[in-house]
Amino acid sequence: MQRRTGLRIAIVAAVIVGSLIYLYPPSFVRPWLYAHPPGPARGLLPGTINLGLDLQGGIHLVLGVDLDKAIESQVERAVPTVRAAFERKGVAVSRIQRRGASELVVELASPQAFGAAQTAVAAELGSFEMREPDQAAGRFILAMLPKEVTTLRELSVRQALETIRNRVDQFGVAEPAIQQQGENRILVQLPGVQDPERAKALIGKTALLEFKLVDERLDADRAAREGVSEGLELVYQRRIEKETRQERRVPFVVQRKAVLTGADLSTARVSIDQNTGEPYVSVEFSPAGARVFAEVTEASVGRRLAIVLDGNVHSAPVIRERIPSGQAQITGGFTTDEATDLAIVLRAGALPAPVQVLEERTVGPSLGADSIRQGLVSIGVSALVVFAFMLVYYRLSGLIADIALGLNLLILLAGMAALGATLTLPGIAGIALTIGMAVDTNVLIFERIREELRSGKTVRAAIDSGFSRAFTTIIDTHVTVLVTAAILYNFGTGPVKGFAVSLFIGLVASLFTAVFFTRLLFDLVYMRSRQPVAAISI
Amino acid sequence: MLELFRSPNYDFIGRRKWFYLASALFIAAGIASLVARGGLRVDIDFAGGNLVQVRFERPTTIDRVRTALTAVGLGDSIIQEFGDSREFMIRFKLGASQADAGKTVQQALAREASLGSFEIRRAEYVGPQVGRDLQLQALYAVLAGLAGILIYVAVRFDLKGGITAIVAQTHDVIVAIGALSLADREFALPVLAALLTVIGYSVNDKIVAYDRVRENRRRGGALRGQPFASQINTAINQTLSRTLLTGVSVLFAAGVLYLFGGKVLEDFAFTLMVGVVAGTYSTIYIAAALIVDWTQWEDRRRRAAKKVVAKA
Repeated sequence: MQRRTGLRIAIVAAVIVGSLIYLYPPSFVRPWLYAHPPGPARGLLPGTINLGLDLQGGIHLVLGVDLDKAIESQVERAVPTVRAAFERKGVAVSRIQRRGASELVVELASPQAFGAAQTAVAAELGSFEMREPDQAAGRFILAMLPKEVTTLRELSVRQALETIRNRVDQFGVAEPAIQQQGENRILVQLPGVQDPERAKALIGKTALLEFKLVDERLDADRAAREGVSEGLELVYQRRIEKETRQERRVPFVVQRKAVLTGADLSTARVSIDQNTGEPYVSVEFSPAGARVFAEVTEASVGRRLAIVLDGNVHSAPVIRERIPSGQAQITGGFTTDEATDLAIVLRAGALPAPVQVLEERTVGPSLGADSIRQGLVSIGVSALVVFAFMLVYYRLSGLIADIALGLNLLILLAGMAALGATLTLPGIAGIALTIGMAVDTNVLIFERIREELRSGKTVRAAIDSGFSRAFTTIIDTHVTVLVTAAILYNFGTGPVKGFAVSLFIGLVASLFTAVFFTRLLFDLVYMRSRQPVAAISI
Repeated sequence: MLELFRSPNYDFIGRRKWFYLASALFIAAGIASLVARGGLRVDIDFAGGNLVQVRFERPTTIDRVRTALTAVGLGDSIIQEFGDSREFMIRFKLGASQADAGKTVQQALAREASLGSFEIRRAEYVGPQVGRDLQLQALYAVLAGLAGILIYVAVRFDLKGGITAIVAQTHDVIVAIGALSLADREFALPVLAALLTVIGYSVNDKIVAYDRVRENRRRGGALRGQPFASQINTAINQTLSRTLLTGVSVLFAAGVLYLFGGKVLEDFAFTLMVGVVAGTYSTIYIAAALIVDWTQWEDRRRRAAKKVVAKA
């Protein structure tokens, strides 16, 4: 083991230099580091290590995507396609209605067409299968295939994730984290953002924008009491009375089928009304959308077109003339923030299904700063106590262990930077704990060396057998803690994950520092001279 | 040379019945406390609900905060002082609109002018579904931790060692949970992390002791022919200073976290401290003692079987 001292020194030096480069990246390597993920967080120290939300403040949201709703609306949207498919095969359908999330009840105009309907389903409607056929009544169920449902669910979550990412990007948050969690959950972390209400409104809004023609042949108030016929629906506009400040819900009867939706937009932006000074959102349709818009406005001059966002009517202006420009305005008493955010969500697109906030954590910056301070004090004091303890108990050998511990901390921090890991408050606790745990390895070795000395061995022989005898035990003790750290990481929610990470890196580093590096120092101190060593300070 | 013990030779194994009794008593006290309190207090991480941490510019009292909250129907919140009399933790469960609770609290406190200015430092909401999921995951995590260690020790040593180690680790976890209840502390996510850390860390002591027994046997010498109980006792004595020293150094680190780490880490550090002490104790008095009892029981059975054979 005493051999190759030069090589071992070189390895240790390389590790130290590598660690320092990750912690204080010199300008000439920075572009390379950042270009090769998982690189360290952007920016120089402080900032080479990502801080968790609990330390830098910000908002943590877990959203649940209502996948049943996504399937529901997909099936609802399939109704015209299904009807068209039957018509192509010459099957007259009297009624198609959704039942549950993924089924359609189909009633044929005449039971004789049942055979033709079966052929039509097999030939044209690949994503549905026929169930509960009732040939006599000419009635059956079209159920979406389970495989199709699964695909659709996965697709909806991915689409929701992308939409939310778009919105957050446009909102302008530095280094947000947006990830899928489990089957239908989306984790959103917004460091530095302090207004949870606004963030939730921005991210959680379904933002399904629909343009629907108002049916004014019916009295809306009466329809609100008595219900509407098929093909129509009732929607409301919220109005705040200026004098009483009370909210009033004004009903509108509109055609169920939207003329245009948010998907037909090409862009949306905030503008200010020259007369009232009120902000509004002006939208521009895509070329195809603009054509439809021109046709609809031409055909419906004098009628009202309701602009419906997530089921609420924002406004229902009267169409005065054909609008060829493909531009429209959404007004409705917005504040500037509200208008800005609406423009963002319209540009980013609608969510495929409503989302629900399952978990929300907001940490203010002052709490984070306190936590960092307390955490650093803890690391400092615990290092001091453990360093002093080792020094008093093992003297020169203790000093060697302390130097190894210092190197351990350096590698731990550099490792976190290199892996792009996130430091959280429990993570800081993990570092403080690592200090306490990492000395275990040296204690094992030193106690062993002492024992060997007591049994009458020479200093060098005692060092040799101390290191080699303790080695298997050291591996054992590391494996067990690494196993639990790995479990914690897998279990982990953010902060606990940070704890697992710092524990894990710290322990792996301790294998290097407490065994390899300590041995090197022992060799340098006790093994170099050709004379036998009389005493060891341990 | 500074030494805790010079060639210690305590009879740990001989007195094991007393220590079984001590453990049983402590565990019984913990369980009694759990029953009396109606179970462990769990944080909103697991129970679901709302938490708002607020810091006032000047000191105030729980009662005045409560009065302000009563106006918005949150009068029956759990309100605790958090660190000093300027900072408070408010916890409650609301109906459907839970997620906006931070705002509700802010408005309620702002309306009460006598409280002065304040800052909402933390606002959390955990939905019931998330809480339930976490509870289940926490249980799985602990079980997976124990199983992982059982497998490792069983493969490295033998099944007997693995099982006694797991019994000892379970003992540590139960003791720590009992202590949490006795000290009226709360089970939160970091506490779970502390428990798992204790499971992974204090099993080391057992491994070191088992390793020593095996090494002694391989080397033979004076120990050969000695009864199993004294072989174990010797191994424990040989590793005693290491067991205590590393226990102490982790206890130092955990103690520092308890004192300096701030309120958020307090329960975490508390669990670690109890767990490390319990882990060191259970290495000596539970894991080693059980292996002795188990082996002796096996020996008796084997002898009894031999007698039967001899008679036949």
